[in-house]
Amino acid sequence: MSWLDKLKSGLKKTAGLFTARTFDAASVEELEEALIRADVGLTATRRIMQDIQSKKSRESDEIRAAVGRVLVEKMQPVARPLTIDAARKPYVILVVGVNGVGKTTTIGKLARQYRDQGLKVSLVAGDTFRAGAVEQLQLWGDKTGCRVHAGKPGADAAGLVFDALAASRKAGDDVLLIDTAGRLHNRADLMDELKKIVRVIQKADASAPHAVELVLDATTGQNALTQVKIFQEMVGVTGLIMTKLDGTAKGGILVALADAYPLPIHAVGVGEQADDLHAFTAAEYVDSLLGGA
Amino acid sequence: MFNTLAQKLSAVFDKLANRGILTESAVDESLRAIKVALLEADVALPVVKTFIQNMRDQVVGEKVVKAVSPSQMVVKLVHDELVKTLGDSRALNLAPRRQNVILMLGLQGSGKTTTSAKLALRLQKSGAKVLLASLDTYRPAAQQQLAELGAQNGLAVLPIVKGEKPLDIARRALDEAKLTAADALILDTAGRLHIDAEMMAELAEIKRLSDPAESLLVADAMMGQDAVTTARTFADAIGLTGIILTRVDGDARGGAALSMRAQAGVPLLFLGVGEKADALEAFDAKRIAGRILGMGDVVGLVETAIEKVNQDEARKTAERMMSGRFDLNDLLSQMRQINKLGDVKGLMKMIPGIAKFSDQIDKADISNKTLRRQEAVILSMTPRERRNPDIIKASRKLRIAAGAGVSVNDVNRLLKHYEQTAAMMKQFKKMGPAGMMSLMKKMGGMPGMDSLMNNDALASLNPELTLKGKK
Repeated sequence: MSWLDKLKSGLKKTAGLFTARTFDAASVEELEEALIRADVGLTATRRIMQDIQSKKSRESDEIRAAVGRVLVEKMQPVARPLTIDAARKPYVILVVGVNGVGKTTTIGKLARQYRDQGLKVSLVAGDTFRAGAVEQLQLWGDKTGCRVHAGKPGADAAGLVFDALAASRKAGDDVLLIDTAGRLHNRADLMDELKKIVRVIQKADASAPHAVELVLDATTGQNALTQVKIFQEMVGVTGLIMTKLDGTAKGGILVALADAYPLPIHAVGVGEQADDLHAFTAAEYVDSLLGGA
Repeated sequence: MFNTLAQKLSAVFDKLANRGILTESAVDESLRAIKVALLEADVALPVVKTFIQNMRDQVVGEKVVKAVSPSQMVVKLVHDELVKTLGDSRALNLAPRRQNVILMLGLQGSGKTTTSAKLALRLQKSGAKVLLASLDTYRPAAQQQLAELGAQNGLAVLPIVKGEKPLDIARRALDEAKLTAADALILDTAGRLHIDAEMMAELAEIKRLSDPAESLLVADAMMGQDAVTTARTFADAIGLTGIILTRVDGDARGGAALSMRAQAGVPLLFLGVGEKADALEAFDAKRIAGRILGMGDVVGLVETAIEKVNQDEARKTAERMMSGRFDLNDLLSQMRQINKLGDVKGLMKMIPGIAKFSDQIDKADISNKTLRRQEAVILSMTPRERRNPDIIKASRKLRIAAGAGVSVNDVNRLLKHYEQTAAMMKQFKKMGPAGMMSLMKKMGGMPGMDSLMNNDALASLNPELTLKGKK
């Protein structure tokens, strides 16, 4: 099953989101509600509604097509995959996010992708806090044939990252993927700890981290906006990865995010297997958001 | 980022300028404001619609038309209706002298494993003999995670047998629970999508086999609109007896709680409020209602204060404050108490009525870091200087700044902060306890403020910080 099919089959389980065809008060309201139910949020929904009203070219135009156009136009600029700069050795990718969004699983999937491209990849088990986190990454390392740098439980993550970066450089790695402990963005102490990790990476390589990926859960509501804002302020997020899009949650918050922050959406996760990570494409996403054609 | 409902309602009623009564158009506008507030808090749309319908019936009633302050009245009505809808919590339904099974289920990453350990610890503390077992053979190292949590917290966990299937683990766990005469067996299941037919069938089979006393849905407080679908599907396919809301220590408004309560028709039982194993609290509808409305989390604030603040020290400081004596040692003790409470900004936002100033709080230079720097300044002073700040002149300032690794400006700032606080203390003394209360009430002007003010623990909160948000 292709990932789009997976997306669609997930979406099919909910009632058809949007069925109206023509511009009238009822279908405008139906559209508005569809967007809200997809977690697009009020502010972004209102802006889209305005755009549609102003861009509607002719009265006979179908509302579904009009909204599709507006949304694709909005999402196109942020649909940019993460490209590894071969000049950076290793290309350091720091993976951050709140608890339970799927950071470790995403790292496993990224590792698989880069290995399949013939790159040499190492992983750093930077989550020294959560029980079982090191073992979880270790298993992904085994599965994808990547070396895993791990410390003792409760060890200082920044110190571990520093040593791993040196070892990775020595080993001639192409990519170094750093896992971090999940942390709620309103915990100042934990965010300080994350900033320290970034500082330590910079000390070892002034150009790194080359990518800071914020992992977001598709089931998350409006709080994702705050997550992006704070992680962005704290550690300079360079891209977003949305996980769990294979469920019934539509991840409409991405539309609100595209509106508020010009961050690229680097990938989407649609399952638990190693190859369940895909590039984000605007047209397919909008299609799934509106419940298919 | 979000305006609170109270703010919006005030705007609605300000526009209608001092009518003092609730007109039809005011009702409509209020209901719109309520709808927006609930949607911004992630309450699911169908649930919002029903809720608004209920509200209309109440708001249109006689009681409100005669109300003197319509906006306050409406906020209270909404709050009460939210509390009612969120419903009462209840204790776990565990029968004596048998192996009560508690089935933990939910989506991936909702916090089932951590919550299982928290629940086990809570039950064990209440005197029950508890056995934990992980049936999660899918997520790598999930079983190890539970085993580690058990070892860290002195909880019994069923030993891992490699390659064993979930149903077989469940059978072995049931046997073990019987053999060891455990009162409760907590089964931590793998996270699964509610639309994954195969995985849902497995869960149904586990349930049939284990005949649980409780089937608890573990769900993330940050969830958006999809919370309705998740809760309903799990309720329909498996049957639920309760919900546990996790990550309530985040800053999500938590509207998902309302959505799930309404859709699954089962009570919310517990709130996960941190990563530590003891961070599990009984569900409290008032608290969540306040959050959804952006009214601040009074109960949470008081609970944090009670838990973390050294009561004796707080009382001593309070007594000295009331007697008008207040030197740098008192300031130091006050700052340390505040630091212990955790994130200062987050804490301030929990204070009712302050939520509307959250932008200013974000901008203001208040953080645990500045507190720590101020602490360093005081610690670089001699005992005599701390008792008599007046003697600190230029050369002493230079020495103190060098000792604390800050600039003389920072020392001056600290001294100014001290002077302001001391001046306020003098004023409090003049006003007496009653005057202080009325001042605090003026600051808050929100329900819940009274109970907050009666709490001794609050005496330790730095009034200078509390007042700053008001400017």
